[in-house]
Amino acid sequence: MKSLKEHSSTLKKVFEYIGIYKFFVALSLLFAGITVALTLYMPILIGHAVDYLIGEGEVEFSNLFHLFEQMAMLLVVTAVAQWIMNIINNHVTYRVVLDIRTKAFYHLQKVPVSYIDQHPHGDIISRVIADIDQFSDGLLMGFTQLFTGVLTILGTLFFMFRINVHITVVVIVITPVSMFVAAFIAKRTFLMFQAQSEARGELTGFINEMIGNQKVVKAFGYEKEAEKRFDTMNEQLKRTSLQATFFSSITNPSTRFINAFVYACVGVVGAIAVIRGNISVGILTSFLSYANQYTKPFNEISGVVTELQNALACASRVFALIEEEAMPSEEGNESLTEVKGNIELEHVSFSYDPKESLIEDLNLVVRAGEKVAIVGPTGCGKSTMINLLMRFYDVTSGVIRIDGKNMYHLTKESLRKNFGMVLQETWLKTGSIRDNIAYGKEDATEEEIIQAAKLAHAHNFIKKMPQGYDTILTEDGGNLSQGQKQLLCIARVMLCMPPMLILDEATSSIDTRTELLVQKAFEKMMEGRTSFIVAHRLSTIKEADCILVMRHGTIVEKGTHEQLLEKQGFYYQLYHSQFAQ
Amino acid sequence: MRKLLKYLKDYKKESILGPLFKLLEASFELFVPLVIARIIDIGILNKDMNYVLKMGGMLVVLGIIGLVCSITAQYFAAKAAVGFGTAVRSQLFRHLNRFSYEEMDQIGSATLITRITSDINQVQAGVNMVLRLFLRSPFIVFGAMIMAFTVDTKSAMVFVITIPVLSIIIFGIMAISMPIYKKIQKYLEQITLVTRENLVGVRVIRAFNQQEKECAQFDEESNLLLKSQKYVGKIAGLLNPLTYIVINVAIIMIIWVGGKQVNTGRLTQGEVVALVNYMSQILVELIKLANLIITTTKSFACASRIQMVFEMQPSIVYADNSKETQECYTDDMVVFEHVNFAYGDSAENALTDIHFRVKKGETIGIIGGTGSGKSSIINLIPRFYDVKSGKVLIHGMDVRDYSKEALQSKIGIVPQKAVLFKGTIRENLQWGKKDATTEEMNQAISIAQAEEFVKEHGLDYKIQQGGKNLSGGQRQRLTIARALVKQPEILILDDSASALDFATDAQLRKAIQEETKDMTVFIVSQRAASIRHADQIFVLDDGKIVGSGTHEFLLKSCDIYREICLSQFSKEEVGV
Repeated sequence: MKSLKEHSSTLKKVFEYIGIYKFFVALSLLFAGITVALTLYMPILIGHAVDYLIGEGEVEFSNLFHLFEQMAMLLVVTAVAQWIMNIINNHVTYRVVLDIRTKAFYHLQKVPVSYIDQHPHGDIISRVIADIDQFSDGLLMGFTQLFTGVLTILGTLFFMFRINVHITVVVIVITPVSMFVAAFIAKRTFLMFQAQSEARGELTGFINEMIGNQKVVKAFGYEKEAEKRFDTMNEQLKRTSLQATFFSSITNPSTRFINAFVYACVGVVGAIAVIRGNISVGILTSFLSYANQYTKPFNEISGVVTELQNALACASRVFALIEEEAMPSEEGNESLTEVKGNIELEHVSFSYDPKESLIEDLNLVVRAGEKVAIVGPTGCGKSTMINLLMRFYDVTSGVIRIDGKNMYHLTKESLRKNFGMVLQETWLKTGSIRDNIAYGKEDATEEEIIQAAKLAHAHNFIKKMPQGYDTILTEDGGNLSQGQKQLLCIARVMLCMPPMLILDEATSSIDTRTELLVQKAFEKMMEGRTSFIVAHRLSTIKEADCILVMRHGTIVEKGTHEQLLEKQGFYYQLYHSQFAQ
Repeated sequence: MRKLLKYLKDYKKESILGPLFKLLEASFELFVPLVIARIIDIGILNKDMNYVLKMGGMLVVLGIIGLVCSITAQYFAAKAAVGFGTAVRSQLFRHLNRFSYEEMDQIGSATLITRITSDINQVQAGVNMVLRLFLRSPFIVFGAMIMAFTVDTKSAMVFVITIPVLSIIIFGIMAISMPIYKKIQKYLEQITLVTRENLVGVRVIRAFNQQEKECAQFDEESNLLLKSQKYVGKIAGLLNPLTYIVINVAIIMIIWVGGKQVNTGRLTQGEVVALVNYMSQILVELIKLANLIITTTKSFACASRIQMVFEMQPSIVYADNSKETQECYTDDMVVFEHVNFAYGDSAENALTDIHFRVKKGETIGIIGGTGSGKSSIINLIPRFYDVKSGKVLIHGMDVRDYSKEALQSKIGIVPQKAVLFKGTIRENLQWGKKDATTEEMNQAISIAQAEEFVKEHGLDYKIQQGGKNLSGGQRQRLTIARALVKQPEILILDDSASALDFATDAQLRKAIQEETKDMTVFIVSQRAASIRHADQIFVLDDGKIVGSGTHEFLLKSCDIYREICLSQFSKEEVGV
């Protein structure tokens, strides 16, 4: 449960978003008022009508007709007002939700890469999608039910007081009991629901592991063991589930009983009033239907309040995302043009975690057209260099210069335009192969696209696909092999031909024969371009102008292949291990 | 759905008693308008206070009985529904465990997880709702009508007209809006997809400066969503106003018709009030019924999806008992006899005419490009898939004649993806051998080159879900240790060293060779260095073995192999 203060600050933000649609909100309120007032007036008319049905031969038909006319008019007006109110509520709710979701998504483009790296994607997605959806449900419900509910209660009280004070007092005294009961049950069941979702979460986690890795389970014959563990958790879920389901379902009958009780009291007190000649039978019937109407919003409101609380909790999660610090503005930054490709790193230090230093005081001069290879064992931080050069992350201290210009005084956009990047994780968009190749250059011609594909040796397999370049890739290129995906990523860079290149183990999952061809294409592409390569293949590394050897996140050696071999250090070990017996 | 209902059979009593008590409650509710009519017609007319109080007491008693009935009904319904859900979940999990790789490929684990979690929850909620409400609402609707008939036939005709009209409106609006809601769901999924893509591809998107284009695409998708939402809002928003009109028109009619009856003395004022009350009850119940139908259609959809999974039968059924007698301990450990293999119903063979024999204790290297069939060969040995034609023999006996346990005990596998499970290192290693001793584990760990970091953390170090607190290389080494713990006769390394650096990879191979002399080892790799010292190397291309023999032999005789080596080593290193 969030504290009240947090809720109110979230609420304030929600109101800011709603405030944009002030006019519609006012209209909605107006129509809600009309609807409620007319709805409440109806029972009075019905009551009058009943009063005309006095007994045999005494029914006053002309009066009845007159009443009917009034009722019919009222009906139509009420219905229209209600419909308009519904439409406005929908409009405002969905607009607000769209605004918030758009803002959240736009903000995702502005947060540093580190935010996206550090937060589970599932969590971010659930904020942008599920949380906002839940919020939308809550908001709509709040709009339609909270407001009309409150108005109905007030209106009913007003009408009732005007007709008969005694009965009204009876109603007022008894009704809170129903809310009290509902609140009591809700409090009790909250803990049970918590226990249920814990049990469910545990089971889901287990299922995720076992079914998600079913092939491993199978390979080790772990099924029996898994079933045993599953049953224990399933049993626990059953227990908590039964409690939560049963106790929460008590709310309805209990409040219904209270309502019935109110109804009975009104009936009795009202009937006595009729006998004493204070009111007519018709008024008694109006009262009875008020008693129904009056108690119903109470139940609804308690439902709405929990829903709203839930919605606010969701909203606050979304706002947390929206308020995540964005990258600083780049106003006044120079645009990088006509790049030669000289890169200098001066006293660069960097770490992801302030407690563990990674790169310390690194100095490196790369002249235009040179090839820098980064090697080292797994997990040694080779991709850190990419993060720094592409400015996905910023250095802790020191400076990186491109053609003598401080990189941090350049716009990111212009900087990135001058780097071509192929990552180990191949990422493709859902969409056609053509669009994917042209991802970095929207106005590319058909010839350019095919040329790029040919250079990347992707043309042949694309041609073989049923729709050729128009083949639609499913999410994450699911309908392609890993190697094919990588070829497309290469083609994507080939099309732009930027002056500097960053290749991260780019050829690791292409089959070795294709790889040979791709390497040739790469060599051609690298000609005259400053390139950074993260790779396992020693043969390509050997030709590099400079090799950075990394271990445990730091650069331990630096030099050409020959220099490093002479040194007989870590690189020497690494190189020879490939041929160890 | 019907087929799933058998899981309710243990809760027969509950599933009958639940609705029954609900009906009881409903019947008591139907008496209320009559009691009010009595208050008006007898109590008020005769100015009999005692009678009014008695009837008031009656109303309260009716309420209490209703409450008791209703709570009882809820209890039985909850018990039956939860029990049902638990039973289905348990059976489904067992069923999934019997699936072979073929079925897993076909459905995909993400889908299976949805089936066993949220789909079952949905069905469980549906069963609960149905048991509670499905009989109640129609019962009250028709009950109210019948009660109206007992009061006055002529006025009751208003009910006969109103109920169908209301039903048409409510179910008509539902029928129109449901498909739109489905569409909305689809749009939402589309937005989810765009969001996920933007998270996964953040580096590429920023590298290519495509943020604005991504935002534009997002806007487009959200606007589609908004349009449908507003459209359906307009339709669904009609429900309340329309029903309001109908019900009140009906009430006017009742007063009109009833008024005429009153005038001729056939009906009393109180009875007209009772009729009006019945009419109001009907509306409430019909709307409840509509909501109920929405929930149940959702559950039905989920139920039929679950049923589909239940109907899938595992394609591989193991022999109950190994025909051990046939096992002749020849020198040949693994033999492929003209094996052809295809995935699923695919017409194209993944493997064509694979034919080889492997002696006990040999180390076999398998190399080839992606999609050349390396993993397919490996998957046939532990019978993850069945061959299309030909035979796979272990110890001279067809793998199809082995029992599951017998086959598993012989083979240790290190899968491509280094998967570990939540729990301690010890528990993870015990996957290989349930009663493995610490000593056995330590030996496996040392061969797998995991000694250094396991020593640091200890065997009881807790691994998080998915092994998140370990590096890729550490995970991989532990998966190797896990396979080694059971000291299998055949060890399969399916491209398992890809996350290891060259040095560790080499040490690992050396250790395996020295420590496990009798073990037959299959190494699948993209790296020529990993397999160059194998006793036999199979070079695969497009599902066929295009070369087999030692490194030196293949360098001379196999073009593809030479090409592969040349792409990875320099000429001098290859030794050409």
